[in-house]
Amino acid sequence: MIEVFGEFIEEFLPNGDFLELSFTSSSQPNQRRWHNNRLSAHFIADYFANLMNFDQNDLANKERIQEIKNTISYISNELLENAIKFHEDTKSYQVKVGMSFPEDTDVAIVIYAKNSIYSEKVQKYQAFINLLLTEDPNELYIQQIETASAEEDSKASGLGLLTLINDYSAKLGWKFEPESSQPEIITVTTMVQVVVQSVRTY
Amino acid sequence: MTIQEVNGDDYQVKYDPTSMTIYFQGEIALGGPKDYAPIVNLLNQVADKDLPIITLDLKKLAFLNSSGISMLSKFVLAVRKKKGTQLVVLGAKTVPWQSKSLKNLERLLPGLKLLVE
Repeated sequence: MIEVFGEFIEEFLPNGDFLELSFTSSSQPNQRRWHNNRLSAHFIADYFANLMNFDQNDLANKERIQEIKNTISYISNELLENAIKFHEDTKSYQVKVGMSFPEDTDVAIVIYAKNSIYSEKVQKYQAFINLLLTEDPNELYIQQIETASAEEDSKASGLGLLTLINDYSAKLGWKFEPESSQPEIITVTTMVQVVVQSVRTY
Repeated sequence: MTIQEVNGDDYQVKYDPTSMTIYFQGEIALGGPKDYAPIVNLLNQVADKDLPIITLDLKKLAFLNSSGISMLSKFVLAVRKKKGTQLVVLGAKTVPWQSKSLKNLERLLPGLKLLVE
């Protein structure tokens, strides 16, 4: 049974650009591989920045472009880091990260990542999503930091997603879809929508 | 022995005792708390000196992932416990993530001085 939470777009608008990267790895994660997350995030940002037509003489545009690139890099990196950290059954299924960049930049850009998890992890994950959707994200962030600080070895879970909501005014959405051939494996798509103000174009 | 600096492939964190400033430069996106331990150790060693003022200079830190932001947040909480130490955080408007994500540090420690210029 497919389950959707938050703000989730099933199909991207036909106008605009789209990019998706897929990763498979039979090897254990290590520092070199981890470094590829940031490389991928910067690549996605550069790819779209290159497509933005802008008036080179307008200095304000240079700052806007830099800000948009930073936003895309940060969001892509966070989603990819989470997808890789929580990905299970690594041999059979891929981690993906992708972006949709509509022609009309007043419409939100969409960045998403997909990873696979075993069905027994779903309940806890969805409980956390409900927390994100119902609680004040600013308060939740402070609470999570104070908890993480108090416990030596706690994993600071969910802080990445909270920074997206609080610092980037992002809307988050999730889809949980069981694999048809192996329903105990669930593909989770985490989606971020963020509006970037249009850059003056010629 | 006091750690003076932590170097990674794409970053450097360095403590300057004369200015009581910890300088961050480059891009930091480590995997989690264990990977941030060397930097955390440097920060904690500085905090343990019970200095009147500690400055974190982030102006040249072009990228920091949420695990890193979390690390800075935990450091702010550690300084909060010290009570006698003024914490100053310097950021740059030209580094977009800083105008967005450093505000939370002020919430964790009222009295923290945040300057993003």
